[in-house]
Amino acid sequence: MSAPGLRRVWGLIYRHLCLYRRSWPRLLELAYWPTLELLIWGFTAQFVIHGQTSMPVKAGGALIGGVLLWEVALRAQMGVTISFLEEIWSRNLGHVFVSPLRPRELIFALLGVSVMRTVIGLAPATAIAFLLYAFNLFALGPALLLFFLNLLLMGWWMSLGVIALLFRYGASAEALAWTLAFGVTPIACVFYPVSVLPVWLRPVAQILPASHIFGGMRSVLYHNAMNWPQLAAAFCLNLIWMVGATLVFAAQFRAARVNGALISIGE
Amino acid sequence: MARDRFAALARMNYSSPYVALPMRLTVAENLAVYGHLYNVPKLRHRIAELAHEFDLETLLKRRAGALSAGQKTRVALAKALINRPELLLLDEPTASLDPDTADYVRGRLEAYRAESGAAILLASHNMAEVERLCSDVLMMKQGKIVDRGAPDALIARYGRDDLEQVFLAIARAGKAA
Repeated sequence: MSAPGLRRVWGLIYRHLCLYRRSWPRLLELAYWPTLELLIWGFTAQFVIHGQTSMPVKAGGALIGGVLLWEVALRAQMGVTISFLEEIWSRNLGHVFVSPLRPRELIFALLGVSVMRTVIGLAPATAIAFLLYAFNLFALGPALLLFFLNLLLMGWWMSLGVIALLFRYGASAEALAWTLAFGVTPIACVFYPVSVLPVWLRPVAQILPASHIFGGMRSVLYHNAMNWPQLAAAFCLNLIWMVGATLVFAAQFRAARVNGALISIGE
Repeated sequence: MARDRFAALARMNYSSPYVALPMRLTVAENLAVYGHLYNVPKLRHRIAELAHEFDLETLLKRRAGALSAGQKTRVALAKALINRPELLLLDEPTASLDPDTADYVRGRLEAYRAESGAAILLASHNMAEVERLCSDVLMMKQGKIVDRGAPDALIARYGRDDLEQVFLAIARAGKAA
């Protein structure tokens, strides 16, 4: 990317930094849901482990690890779509799209904001998991970075799909920004293996990178062994989904620009 | 434009009362954001220059959402000129402004055009404004161009006293029957 391109990306990231640095409710909101989810599942895991001695202690770790890592995908998806929605809410899209900002620069800026939101949102939950439940997410070792990266990618392609729908259907698609990733959770196999699902639903789960990522996470937690084929499958699936979502995004962006819908998108 | 849309966009800018600037950002932050988007060199200096030009110095640290309509218009105009555009697109630049502020805005636009040689494409229903600012006018009705010419030429062609009356003649043509 050229120096002016990087500066435009920074310009949009700076816009969001300005928004967050003086708004504690926005900062609080980032950490609120991951922390709440962690507390609910953390105490549930403790109850289950202490109530049933046959339950492997590591299963509790898998629950907590699942909560924390799934939040990466959720927060990454929301980080992109909500940052885009901020432009719609402030009726600012017209100015942004009249500027020389390229669509790819817009995407890079939103991804940058998404990384910041995800890290800020997950930091308190990760600390609480260690303090309350003695679960150290970093004990996953280098594998953690690969899981994190794959879940970021998954959150990102979902968000590009949601933004494409916003281009197509306007603000009426806004609810998807909040719900899409949550809706995927049952087939993402965050807390259980794919084999738990009905036979007809398994292929759907298997085309989602999440089912492979969490399979890999359980492999590390239970057997202390990295399941490389699963991780490779997750990475390949993410690439395919990302290319597909980018193409849909680009097509819908072009259509919205030609139809003059970029300015009226929030109405 | 068709070949390199983004190179053309860097030499243009735009302002409309129907498109807002982020309300929770301060005036200075808004100008900085757009300064980055337009890759403006010596951005701090340019912001100071615009703040002086549009009498925004005391407003730089105030949130855009807390400004009056007239102040917002001045900020929007400062944003529209941040990259010294060669083509300035303006949609109803003085809509819902008091006469004093509207006159100030028109004066600033005239001054910018005179000193920069920029072209201004203006959409307005205020015919006094059009008469004052425009050298070439496209009269539109139901999305179609129905006449075109210099303000004086249009007034003479329709045998009216001013552009407002020309506008009414065009708008009401066919309604009387």
